[in-house]
Amino acid sequence: MSELWMMIGKRLLYGLLTLFIVSVIIFGASEMLPGDQAQALLGQSATPETLAALREQLGLNDPAPVRYWNWLAGAMSGDFGISTSNQRPIADLISGRLYNTMFLALYAATLAVPLSLVLGLLAALWRNSIFDRVANASALTSISFPEFFVAYILIVWLAQGGHFTSLARIRENTTFVQRLDMTFLPALTLTLVVTAHMMRMTRAAIINLMASPYIEMARLKGLSPLRVVLRHALPNALAPIITVVALNLAYLITGVVAVEVVFTYPGLGQLMVNSVADRDMPVVQAISLIFASAYVLLNLLADVLSTLSNPRLRHRR
Amino acid sequence: MTRSNQNGLSRRRLLQGASALGGAALILPAGVRRASAEPMKGGVMRFAIAAGSTSDGYDPGLWDQQFVQVFATARHNYLTEIASDGQLVGELAEEWASDDAVTWRFKLRSGVTFHSGKPVTVEDVIASLNHHRGEDSTSAAKPIVESITDLTKDGDWLVVTLSAANADFPFIVSDYHLAIMPAVDGKIDVTSPDGCGPYVVDSYEPGVSATLSRNPNYWKTDRAHLDGIELITIIDPAARQNALLTGEVDVIDPVDKATVGLMQRAGNVRIISVAGTQHYVFPMDSRAAPFSDNNVRMALKFGLDRQELVDKILNGYGALGNDHPISTSNRFHNSDLPQREYDADQAKFYLKKAGLETLDVTLSAADAAFTGAVDAAVLYAEKAAAAGININVDRAPNDGYWDNVWMKKPFCASYWGGRPTEDWMFTTAYTTGVPWNETFWSNARFDELLLAARSELDEAKRREMYFEMQKIVSDEGATVIPMFASYVMATNDRVGTPDQIAANWTLDGFRAPERWWLTA
Amino acid sequence: MTFLWILVGLACLGLSAVVLGWLFRFPLVALTRGELRRAMRGAPLMASFGMLVILIYAAVALLAPVLAPYAEREVIGAQYLPWGEGHLLGTDNLGRDMLTRLIYGARNTVGIALATTALAFSIGALLGLWAAAVGGWVDTVLSRIVDALMAIPALIFSLLLLTIFGTSIINMILVIAAIDSTRVFRLSRSVAQGIVVMDYIEAARLRGETMWRLITREILPNAMAPLVAEFGLRFCFVFLMISSLSFLGLGIKPPTADWGSMVRENATLISYGDITPLLPAGAIALLTVAVNFVVDWQLHRASGLKD
Repeated sequence: MSELWMMIGKRLLYGLLTLFIVSVIIFGASEMLPGDQAQALLGQSATPETLAALREQLGLNDPAPVRYWNWLAGAMSGDFGISTSNQRPIADLISGRLYNTMFLALYAATLAVPLSLVLGLLAALWRNSIFDRVANASALTSISFPEFFVAYILIVWLAQGGHFTSLARIRENTTFVQRLDMTFLPALTLTLVVTAHMMRMTRAAIINLMASPYIEMARLKGLSPLRVVLRHALPNALAPIITVVALNLAYLITGVVAVEVVFTYPGLGQLMVNSVADRDMPVVQAISLIFASAYVLLNLLADVLSTLSNPRLRHRR
Repeated sequence: MTRSNQNGLSRRRLLQGASALGGAALILPAGVRRASAEPMKGGVMRFAIAAGSTSDGYDPGLWDQQFVQVFATARHNYLTEIASDGQLVGELAEEWASDDAVTWRFKLRSGVTFHSGKPVTVEDVIASLNHHRGEDSTSAAKPIVESITDLTKDGDWLVVTLSAANADFPFIVSDYHLAIMPAVDGKIDVTSPDGCGPYVVDSYEPGVSATLSRNPNYWKTDRAHLDGIELITIIDPAARQNALLTGEVDVIDPVDKATVGLMQRAGNVRIISVAGTQHYVFPMDSRAAPFSDNNVRMALKFGLDRQELVDKILNGYGALGNDHPISTSNRFHNSDLPQREYDADQAKFYLKKAGLETLDVTLSAADAAFTGAVDAAVLYAEKAAAAGININVDRAPNDGYWDNVWMKKPFCASYWGGRPTEDWMFTTAYTTGVPWNETFWSNARFDELLLAARSELDEAKRREMYFEMQKIVSDEGATVIPMFASYVMATNDRVGTPDQIAANWTLDGFRAPERWWLTA
Repeated sequence: MTFLWILVGLACLGLSAVVLGWLFRFPLVALTRGELRRAMRGAPLMASFGMLVILIYAAVALLAPVLAPYAEREVIGAQYLPWGEGHLLGTDNLGRDMLTRLIYGARNTVGIALATTALAFSIGALLGLWAAAVGGWVDTVLSRIVDALMAIPALIFSLLLLTIFGTSIINMILVIAAIDSTRVFRLSRSVAQGIVVMDYIEAARLRGETMWRLITREILPNAMAPLVAEFGLRFCFVFLMISSLSFLGLGIKPPTADWGSMVRENATLISYGDITPLLPAGAIALLTVAVNFVVDWQLHRASGLKD
């Protein structure tokens, strides 16, 4: 097992490296974006004088490496700075939204992961049956509708009928149960969006193993199909399934801006898009790092679990 | 043109402000009238507003979008206010006067306090205006207060000295940026929501929502009927409409014009459409070939089917533009100018005059310029093709549109919210060398007329000058102005409004929170 | 009640798909030879239906100018006209013929999606397999870079890149392909890692086979199944990406018709019970389902299962 701990330690170090590379890429990309924050803030009403004054005030006149270094030095000591557009500390700006984002992601994952694993298993078990076809076709149909469109359809169907609310307006005094009710439609939308991918990968990974000699053997021994799938195929198919689940979980945290917009849910995605448009660098950096960390940690988890599930990988020379 | 006469401010009245009219006209706000529209007290009105960003804040110099504009007007007061009928009335300024239109005196209303309890003083007003002035000011309103050379206190009076005569100056201080905020050591605190307006801020999450409750000490006794208001940012047009239809909000602004007809049929919904000064434009860089040739500009003006744009982009909620920025709701709209219409032969004629058989131009557009700008450009290209004008529509990203496209690309889409006075509009975007002259257009006769009209005392002469200026812009200007877009809002049947709704800005001149009420 | 009708409609759709699939198998069998013919004969009905749909889409895409009643950008009347004579499927938000836009959309959308996915897979899969096969520092460096790129959300990253480089069709293909290829890399590497520890790879290594041969002959065939499944989905993700980008104001430049943007342009109508926006969305869905039915069939054949 010590090898596993070694691997985790190494991966965490790599994770830090990834975060560093991400921050450089994001900084570089934002530098290349046409226009700067002073222009973004003043918009159509910018004049050369006000632009110059605002640039001076925001410290945009320093050379790019200096600004990056200032930011990095601050971030290393845990100070992510203040939002340059409205002078709010970034920790304040982000914390509430981070909670909202994680809440929605977990909510959707709780619905989507079990659903897609079960559907995938059953589809593999009863492959080519009517069930397989229908499950497949409906999952594929739901995935080929853009998220915002799925959201509109759910609103027309469920919110206009008065069953659920179409606005996820979270307030400070919102209770947990109210929150579950308010965010049901966004969570359902996301569930529909991610289920197909995970379900199909589960099905494919299992079917891929069904012709292996050892499965053949198990079948010849007269084991029931369900037992063959659960006991023999699934454990060996876990690695790709875990990878896909991790990818989708990361997506639920980082990629849901359209759903946030439609349901006016104050999450990180919208803040990120807004901050890119406003060229609010400290906020963009902070959110990118949160997204990147979520991604790194989920992948680390996926790799650890894959390794544990495959003895051959564990004992690689 | 009875309407423009009604709106016409006589020179005398304007210069003398309240003192000539007596207090009555000011104390009786335009919102309250007729028994049929008797306001009711109480309730919390929820507004869904399109524009709002996480970078919004309390700094009045950086207010640029609907959410902050309405939010600001809900918690602040201004020196003057544009009433529902377009008249200028006093707000914190009880009265004002000037002998020469260079030195203006405003008398501050007494007994008004900020939400914090501090009385509103002339020092606060000076600090509030100074925030937008000076070398290191970052305010977007800097150009409009640039003509102020001095601000001094004289008892209860604020004395403003201008660098040149401006008969319309009292209009300028009604601008939404120029909110009166409390001064601390001669400066306003741009991180504080404190104001002296109708509602007090309870909570604010930029880009998401704001909740406010009624200011118990508000000096206007016949305004601010609601117990509180809630402003919510809903950027997506479909989500906004759904929020109204499912009863999550009471007012939405704006309504997606493409589907407003469908919305109306949905029942329990009242569409409010106000024809105002907001107009959509296609400015050309008059310095750059081929737009430097006025014949080319005329060809482009004739190659556009304005009616089609009004029908399809505005869905009928708007008026035809005549290539000048003065709308029918302005005082001196030139109604003598013939309406320019789509005419492929005329366009060809002007092309030929420019020595061209065909013309290839690129039109840059993004919906950031105005909703439907890209579609409008596509329609423009379709019709212009028949006149031998090939318009290549270049869709630019919304993000960064005002920095990278507007006033950078030679031919693009843009919009103006419009200004309450002709002088203000022309000075902002048509005078030689001003920063927002988006066409870089320069016309000596026009500049001369503008200066003369600004300090002209005779209303008839002034009218004549503005008429000529509109003709010059229309025939020689470098901007295609196809349409004036109405402000289109929708409310549910619980919302009561005055009979007349202001046209100077959307949501009753941003003042719906204090002018509107709930009936149930 | 509405729900019941939807069920009935879906059942009819399924049934007609089966019948069409069955009918289409005859020409397939008749027109093919040898190995392929045997495969076609054994093709499940759903797969042959999928092939029929793909063929129709390809034909529509190729023959768009012939089939479409109007020109791609021609305005023929008022906006949002209902279905009727002269405009069979009504008109869109600018009064352009919906049917024409759909037909041209097939050409643009499918072309772009195909180019993007093919590019993403050639880059991603090759690098992924290579990294897994070689291991060591190549694997480490590539994985670090890909990890960093993947750690930036796709939509936001493409928003950044497209704002920097502009939204021409070529840029869009390159940007989406580059971002997609990181996902393909991740998957193919993880699949190949399970394969490279197998004995036959060990044997091939000992035989002294070149890396290229090892990857293309030994690893790729065994990693094919999950990759093919991924291809089917990635293909349709491209439409969605374009649609999401147009949600953020960065789609394909007008007046080019593409289904993703068409969904966006007409989406508001759905709130009022008008099903017009379902047409482009349905066109995407049908193609996705069809492609994936064929993919499933191939997957099944590759697995060597008999049932």
